[in-house]
Amino acid sequence: MSQTVASADPIAIAATREKPPSNVAGPWAWARANLFGSWWSTAVTLVLGYLILRFASSFVSWALVHAVWTVPYDAEGRPDNAACQNAKGIGACWAVITDKYRLILFGRYPYDEQWRPAVCVVLFIGLYVVSAMRRFWRKELALIWVGTLVVIGVLMWGGVLGLPLVTEDFWGGLPLTLILATFGLAFAFPLAILVALGRRSTTLPAVKMLCVVYVELIRGVPLVALLFMASVMFPLFLPEGVNIDKLLRAQIAIILFAGAYLAEVVRAGLQALPKGQGEAADALGLSYWQKTSSIILPQALRLVIPPLVNTFIGFFKDTSLVLIIGLFDLLYMGKIALSDPPWQSFSTEVYLMLAVIYIAFCFAMSKYSRGLERELGRTHRR
Amino acid sequence: MSQTALSEHVVTQMADTKGPPIIVMDRVNKWYGSLHVLRDVSLSVAEKERVVVCGPSGSGKSTMIRCINRLEVHQEGQIVVDGTELTDDLRSLDTIRREVGMVFQSFNLFPHLTILENCTLAPIWVRKMPKAEAEEVAMNFLTRVKIPEQAKKYPGQLSGGQQQRVAIARALCMRPKIMLFDEPTSALDPEMIKEVLDVMIELAESGMTMVCVTHEMGFARRVADRVVFMDRGEIVESGTPQRMFEDPQTDRLKLFLSQILRGH
Repeated sequence: MSQTVASADPIAIAATREKPPSNVAGPWAWARANLFGSWWSTAVTLVLGYLILRFASSFVSWALVHAVWTVPYDAEGRPDNAACQNAKGIGACWAVITDKYRLILFGRYPYDEQWRPAVCVVLFIGLYVVSAMRRFWRKELALIWVGTLVVIGVLMWGGVLGLPLVTEDFWGGLPLTLILATFGLAFAFPLAILVALGRRSTTLPAVKMLCVVYVELIRGVPLVALLFMASVMFPLFLPEGVNIDKLLRAQIAIILFAGAYLAEVVRAGLQALPKGQGEAADALGLSYWQKTSSIILPQALRLVIPPLVNTFIGFFKDTSLVLIIGLFDLLYMGKIALSDPPWQSFSTEVYLMLAVIYIAFCFAMSKYSRGLERELGRTHRR
Repeated sequence: MSQTALSEHVVTQMADTKGPPIIVMDRVNKWYGSLHVLRDVSLSVAEKERVVVCGPSGSGKSTMIRCINRLEVHQEGQIVVDGTELTDDLRSLDTIRREVGMVFQSFNLFPHLTILENCTLAPIWVRKMPKAEAEEVAMNFLTRVKIPEQAKKYPGQLSGGQQQRVAIARALCMRPKIMLFDEPTSALDPEMIKEVLDVMIELAESGMTMVCVTHEMGFARRVADRVVFMDRGEIVESGTPQRMFEDPQTDRLKLFLSQILRGH
């Protein structure tokens, strides 16, 4: 199309103007604006680029090029770590992972039954994915949760449907971490909402007092201390013969602890909501619970998605503290794997693997929360 | 033109056929801490009566009408709405709030719900109306406030005037016997005030009992049966709009009117 024809048609002009010239957009323009804007930023770019390249190349050389992936086993099934010892400092010894990954992931769960915790991990992840999708946000989701958690319980314990019984003492690794985190947050979150509402109650001073005491008391104690209390002190108060399982006690401690923190986050959201919203709901004759569930909470919780997810991520990682009361979570299983003599000096590899697992879960959470904020922000503009 | 003539005719007819009192406030007192915000306020509003409450800011007029649906709690005196006395009893409160609609200065639409959902929420939950019926009622009232085409949008996508009209429709969807307006046009840009006032005039002419806090004197002249002037927590003077604006008795009202007129 010739220039004169195009300029005769205003729509065509608009079309040709739609794409900005390459010196204001595109990767090259971006690089020029952000990396080479001045001689100073050019210098920083070059120095940092050099350092990053050097680090990346030595990491690739260590982690991939010179890495030892497997080692031979002797007649007794003991791994021969000579290859790893030789490569030490030059290449990674991934053989420790290939040798120990099932111990790290599933703990002391009977080896032949480890497909069960593996299925549980898949179920947990499936549950997270389904819950994350907004089109599944209806009442049925609660049933899905209950159903999935029951299936997970049956799989982990067994004792029915021809599955051999495996008591909690043998649970460990990733399933244990996911159990503590999922049950912990699933119970702590509703608890937190009730406590936050209670703390703002104007008509029930006793409830308000109770909520304040709960939050301040739990927040004032380190989680480690709470776990110790749950595991050591709590049984002393129980009557003779009554024995609550250690895992359950730790789980309750985590729920109470997370509940107190989340309650304060939820309360911040309740406080940030304009007073007029509650008044409008009152004026329409909505009851307290109708008002709270359909007007107040949907808005208040949306306001606090970033700090909520922040707390969620924090507690996902804090579950690793249960190792101090002897529960074999993912991190503790890594330590146990490393206590095997042939692998004692290869902790970097094991901890890298654990870090990758933790990062995968935490990054998924933060990425999802940012997406959710954007999505809700689009439809709920004020 | 003929429309106006007709409605004025209706207005005069209405004024003649006022029913028994539907709101009775008897020596109501209220304090915020040590601040005495309502002093012996006595007011009786008849069925289908339209009362405009005016007064300088801080005079207690908003507090007074917020007492009528108990968004504010009075400490002394008696308030009876539609035969039910306002007390701490939650059931009587529910009954009253169902019958009393309210429109706020800051609209207070629910930003996370669509316009239609804003209007159907209370009928479905409080009146237990089937969803389809509630939506039909809502569309009816949205048409009446002239914005049915916005039903699927969210409040944030509407102008202030449109939002306030939705707020009126939302209150009407509960089929209230009484409508309270708390400075409904004060937060609006000047060019949007008229569209809201038009809806309110139409509502007044349909025979709704209305108590309206506003400084829109044109509106008061056109539809009010009675204007109540408040200052410093008490009712200073009340009467027909004509009498109040043309022949104010107290110095305080004279001062207020002069300030209002100077402002306009």
